[in-house]
Amino acid sequence: MKWDEFFVFTHDPMLFAAMISIVLGGLAIFVGLTYFKKWGYLWTEWLTTVDHKRIGVMYILVALVMLFRGGVDALLMRAQSAVPENGLLNAQHYNEIFTTHGLLMILFMAMPFIIGLMNVIIPLQIGARDVAFPRLNAVSFWLFAAGAALLNISFVIGGSPDAGWTAYFPLASLEYSPTVGNNYYSLALQISGIGTLMTGINFIVTILKMRAPGMTLMKMPMFTWSVLITNVIIVFAFPVLTVALALMMLDRQFGTQFFTMSNGGMDMLWANLFWVWAHPEVYIVILPAFGIYSEIISTFARKNLYGYKSMVVSMVAISLLSFLVWAHHFYTMGQGVMANSIFSIATMAIAVPTGVKMFNWLFTLHKGKITFTTPMLYSLAFIPIFTIGGVTGVMLGMASADYQYHNTMFLVAHFHYVLIPGTVFAVIAGFHYWYPKVFGYQLNERLGKLGFWLITISFNVAFMPLFILGLNGMTRRMYTYSEETGFGPLNMLSFVGALGLALGFIVLVYNIYWSARYSPRDTSGDPYDARSPEWSTHSPVPVYNFAIVPTINSLDAFWYAKKNKAPFFEGKYEPIHMPSNSGQPFLMGVAFCFWGFFMVFSWWIPAIISALGIFATMIYRTFERDHGYYISVEEIERTENALRGDKQ
Amino acid sequence: MKIDNSLPLEYSTEENRLKILGFWIFLGAEIALFSTLFTVYFVLVNGVGNGPSPKDIYELKMVLIQTFLLLTSSFTIGLGIHAMRLGLKKAMMTFFIITLVLGLGFLVFEIEEFITYVHEGATIQTSGFLSSLFTLLGTHGLHVTFGLFWGTAILMQVKKQGFTPETTNKSFIFSLYWHFLDVVWIFIFSFVYLKGLM
Repeated sequence: MKWDEFFVFTHDPMLFAAMISIVLGGLAIFVGLTYFKKWGYLWTEWLTTVDHKRIGVMYILVALVMLFRGGVDALLMRAQSAVPENGLLNAQHYNEIFTTHGLLMILFMAMPFIIGLMNVIIPLQIGARDVAFPRLNAVSFWLFAAGAALLNISFVIGGSPDAGWTAYFPLASLEYSPTVGNNYYSLALQISGIGTLMTGINFIVTILKMRAPGMTLMKMPMFTWSVLITNVIIVFAFPVLTVALALMMLDRQFGTQFFTMSNGGMDMLWANLFWVWAHPEVYIVILPAFGIYSEIISTFARKNLYGYKSMVVSMVAISLLSFLVWAHHFYTMGQGVMANSIFSIATMAIAVPTGVKMFNWLFTLHKGKITFTTPMLYSLAFIPIFTIGGVTGVMLGMASADYQYHNTMFLVAHFHYVLIPGTVFAVIAGFHYWYPKVFGYQLNERLGKLGFWLITISFNVAFMPLFILGLNGMTRRMYTYSEETGFGPLNMLSFVGALGLALGFIVLVYNIYWSARYSPRDTSGDPYDARSPEWSTHSPVPVYNFAIVPTINSLDAFWYAKKNKAPFFEGKYEPIHMPSNSGQPFLMGVAFCFWGFFMVFSWWIPAIISALGIFATMIYRTFERDHGYYISVEEIERTENALRGDKQ
Repeated sequence: MKIDNSLPLEYSTEENRLKILGFWIFLGAEIALFSTLFTVYFVLVNGVGNGPSPKDIYELKMVLIQTFLLLTSSFTIGLGIHAMRLGLKKAMMTFFIITLVLGLGFLVFEIEEFITYVHEGATIQTSGFLSSLFTLLGTHGLHVTFGLFWGTAILMQVKKQGFTPETTNKSFIFSLYWHFLDVVWIFIFSFVYLKGLM
């Protein structure tokens, strides 16, 4: 391999700028940590932590950075297509950007943001002191981080994947995509995917086995239910991705014939395997969002959730259907009328349980005492905007009609109308909603609402025109178009919307800064007079979560305890067993990152050495004897008194 | 750590029970993984291109030896766990060592089989059929290989520490893993080899 194929950033001034900014950013962090003498703090408090709250915060932090990265990609794409015959990006760069935009936003922004919220909230919502396997949880995070790092360096070293986030064969084969870009694809996703699978197992066990006494399955908060179902989907969908990516790697780097056009391979096999994972993946990012909305709507409507049982049943139905609709992503790729009809019907069937949920939220709002806080505004905006996404989804789901819409901007508009009001609004709403639980103060409401209006309005300005462009015949993934097509003005409007969205996210980030400095501290632990158990403990949450594990007699038990002025926590303090921190997961992540990098370039000797590094961390783990530690009763008393503000 | 003495040692603590359930769910994910590999194999089994077809290369004798070795190892690890429940450290270790030796034997014959195929010009690069065959068998074989190292590490701990809630838990989980590999092999034997030879 030649050096200029390796350091691809030397080709293009924009990539060079990206490289410089990465180096400067890294340098700034390095100097900052050294100057403020924070290396030890970083290591002992964060890099080695097994505390679910801190792991959750790290997930969300990485997700926000990836949101920035994916957002810059989006801005560049919209800028490129804002005017006809634009030369801002060349075709190759455009291909790389729409590919990484999709990958980053779905796998390294939406999923980790949701997994982050899951990590912070689930143990608190079920009255547990941590997840079932705290150490494995840290491994999950560091594998995810390793995958994210690998995908991000691809831009400047070796070249990014450029065959779309779906990476269809034969386009993604070595013959048609000769750069290492798609090697990054297979390895970065593989590493972070293993982490996600571990998360899935961890949370299923946590939710099934570690609930507070009395909390039966049908007394779990709705977010917990949604996360349980999501993790079941993860456990059965991610192995398919594991196989698909392994086969991709074998085809590209070891000359196998899985997806080739000759020698008995089958290119459509990739499309099927990919979507058997990727369609459930859509529900992995949307079901927890439904859970978040359920919590927020019920809290700020001051009513219990309408139709709790039907909510659960419809989520289970959605999770089953999610595995039966994958072929609707490629109706036009020649699978025959019968298959298309079956997948068409299954696809439209999903609208039924989703509709049930919609009506449940509306009935929860009905006659509620609604307070219009920032998270509530996002939840309220979600209902109509997501419905547009859902209705256009049914349009796309009809196989015969889909021949008109397939791979046009109409499709692009549709899935942004589902994913942004569905998942992105939900994670932002959840972020605002649970922020005081983690940091002990609320985000500023004025800035929050300003951000909400900017994001919601700009979102519609950015994506509504794409519906019309698609119906007018503009296909997706076109790096430019001629003036005669008449696509120019609507694309320009969409670019304006994209700028507005960027502004909205800047306000959001500024809000974090402003609130950290000026926001009043919340000492109650329950700033919204909310319903579920996470609000019963202090904010910020002590390391052991609950000094006494509560007994849950009903859904919304905390709410009823408050209304009836009954004590929620009964019993005496007892020593609490906690898991100890460890650097092993972090080192494992580092080893995986190096292994992935060397594998991308087929440098076998370094790859084998890194693989030995991975095994070394595993061997260390199996021979390690770590029984954790106990927090004494005196220490619990001291912490509790301090958090309550007692002066003793 | 509360130890419940009414349960076998590997189930005796809360942490142990969580680990066993977690491992069962992991095996669920493994079923999904192998199901996908089987599906890939069934899709590509007729994609022989210019290479040999299943009938041309499969040899029942080699496969029967492998099957015998692996099935016996599944039986001996069952005896090992039984001995563990009775608190017989030496018997347990003996059965585990037999299990691992049988596993190693299986692996030797599998590698032998691969070498034979390659000598006949049937490599992983030859056709869609052979790519999927080698990947399915190879994934199973890698699991067995990993199991050999894992089992050895557990044996070393049992030897040093005796039966504790941790070591028994690890041994028990390892036995679940080993039985699972056996089940996968039964499917490979039936639906890859026997069906291919029909």
